[in-house]
Amino acid sequence: MPWFAVRVASIAGAVAALYLLSGLLTATIEAYVLQVLVQCGIYAILAVSLNLINGITGQFSIGHAGFFAVGAYVGAAWTMLWQPHAVRVTSALAMGTPAGDALNLLIACALGMAAASLAGAAVGLPSLRLRGDHLAIVTLGFGEVIRVLLLNIDAVGGARGLSGIPTLASTGDLAVFWVFLFLVLVIAVSRNLMNTTRGLTWLAVREDEVAADAMGVNTTRVKVTAFVLGSAFAGAAGVLYAHIMTGISPDVFGIDTSIIITTMVVLGGTGSVTGATLAAFLLVALPEMLRFMKDYRLVIFSTLLVLLMLTRPHGILGTRELGYATLFRRRQTGSPGTR
Amino acid sequence: MKVLLSARGITKRFGGLAAVSGLNLDVREGELLGLIGPNGAGKTTVFNLLTGVYPPTEGHVEFDGRRLRRMRPYQAAHLGIARTFQNIRLFRRLSALDNVRVAAHVRTTAGFWSCLLRTAHAMRNDAVLTEKARALLGALDLTSVAAAPAGDLPYGVQRRLEIARALATDAKLLLLDEPAAGMNPAEKQELMELIHAIRRDFSVTVLLIEHDMRVVMGICERIYVLDYGQVIAEGRPERIRSDPRVIAAYLGEESEPC
Repeated sequence: MPWFAVRVASIAGAVAALYLLSGLLTATIEAYVLQVLVQCGIYAILAVSLNLINGITGQFSIGHAGFFAVGAYVGAAWTMLWQPHAVRVTSALAMGTPAGDALNLLIACALGMAAASLAGAAVGLPSLRLRGDHLAIVTLGFGEVIRVLLLNIDAVGGARGLSGIPTLASTGDLAVFWVFLFLVLVIAVSRNLMNTTRGLTWLAVREDEVAADAMGVNTTRVKVTAFVLGSAFAGAAGVLYAHIMTGISPDVFGIDTSIIITTMVVLGGTGSVTGATLAAFLLVALPEMLRFMKDYRLVIFSTLLVLLMLTRPHGILGTRELGYATLFRRRQTGSPGTR
Repeated sequence: MKVLLSARGITKRFGGLAAVSGLNLDVREGELLGLIGPNGAGKTTVFNLLTGVYPPTEGHVEFDGRRLRRMRPYQAAHLGIARTFQNIRLFRRLSALDNVRVAAHVRTTAGFWSCLLRTAHAMRNDAVLTEKARALLGALDLTSVAAAPAGDLPYGVQRRLEIARALATDAKLLLLDEPAAGMNPAEKQELMELIHAIRRDFSVTVLLIEHDMRVVMGICERIYVLDYGQVIAEGRPERIRSDPRVIAAYLGEESEPC
């Protein structure tokens, strides 16, 4: 299978390039800027993953921080609570070496993604009956349920949360690498989907559910798949967050976090993958850039947001995508929001 | 002629109201069948029952030799029943081409994971579906608007696009819900020719609901007349035109002055 060999080679090349680039960035950029960049990356993963549910499939969800939390706690539970037991069974899981750390981080990610996608399926099911603002309320409630549950589970520290989470391979110069690896992955998944007719059926569910159903689209499956896929990546973002910040507590995953992620999707332009990515970078970096304003920082930030929505009511990119196609080709066939 | 779809004793009640009661209907393969009746006679409800939007309260439907039970609309599309809507329901922000591609996806052979991984098979399959959608746009004279968002198209073009979209599912039976609604006489004439052409070129059976008698009488080979959820007459257009029960249903019966 030639396409397979080409695909594997190009992916390996891209990963290697990303690794080298992140090493270069880490060596040249000051620590504070790097920290902001990592935060930008984590929020971009969250925004692009919510875009799968909210922007592309049109299921208005404002509880994304809940999936973020599930991933963070399950991932941290692996490295802090379960790994010490598992390492006694096989020493291959020992931490401390780069390979062992990477393996543990990947296991934590797998567990965090699995747990978050289960939660996603559980929230996706009501979406079969609920639409628009009704669904929004259910997802909002879900986010709060997760937060309150975490507050009351003593095994994960209750209100204090978990601290002293091992940094694993995500420490120092590898934080940028892991975060951007997952960001590239979620963007690739979104774009691959959007470049096929299967992705179009997801957009069709957003545009008109009744018509999509009549045209042979299994709307139930599309909606649940969107929730599962979107929350899995939010879970991965959670695992990375836990192992980079080394401390998590329930209040990190409150309503305001959900709202900011939803804002990124709306601001980027509903359905636009690159729009969501851009908006995430903007919304994380802008408050940092405004630090010189001191107390007026958040006032200015909010004002800028309002101004942006007034001037671009359909988001920064609308339903378009930014890429070599839009940058270098003047015209293209196909729908806005599909290329 | 082979019977493609038959409905036996179909009843649909909404609470105390029987929108359709004890309906028997046969659609023969290849025919152009009309379903008419005064407002509120239950015509669209019949369409919704045939496409699985509502399950019938009583009775059953057989399609292509298979008995349908507890069917969802997307399953009807997979079986080969496609429809258009009375109030046009296009995917407004998607291009005309993509509207048709969505429907063509019913016949996809690529799974979810192979789409995510962009396997050679998924890409080839996609090219085939897109080509099919383009060919359909060409057949319905829509090539010039392929890239335009469906919601921006003129009304008559939207109606035609909805038909193209329904055909893309490889339907054996095409249900058209008031295709001529809101059209001017010239457009109606074009539509009648289009429906004839579609039936010929795509070897599809057509069942249509229509209010415009000139359209119905002009193209349908056989007509069912529905009133208060029941079939009151069935037959060739010239027979329907002179049927006293049909005239009574449309114009009202003479009654004693009060």
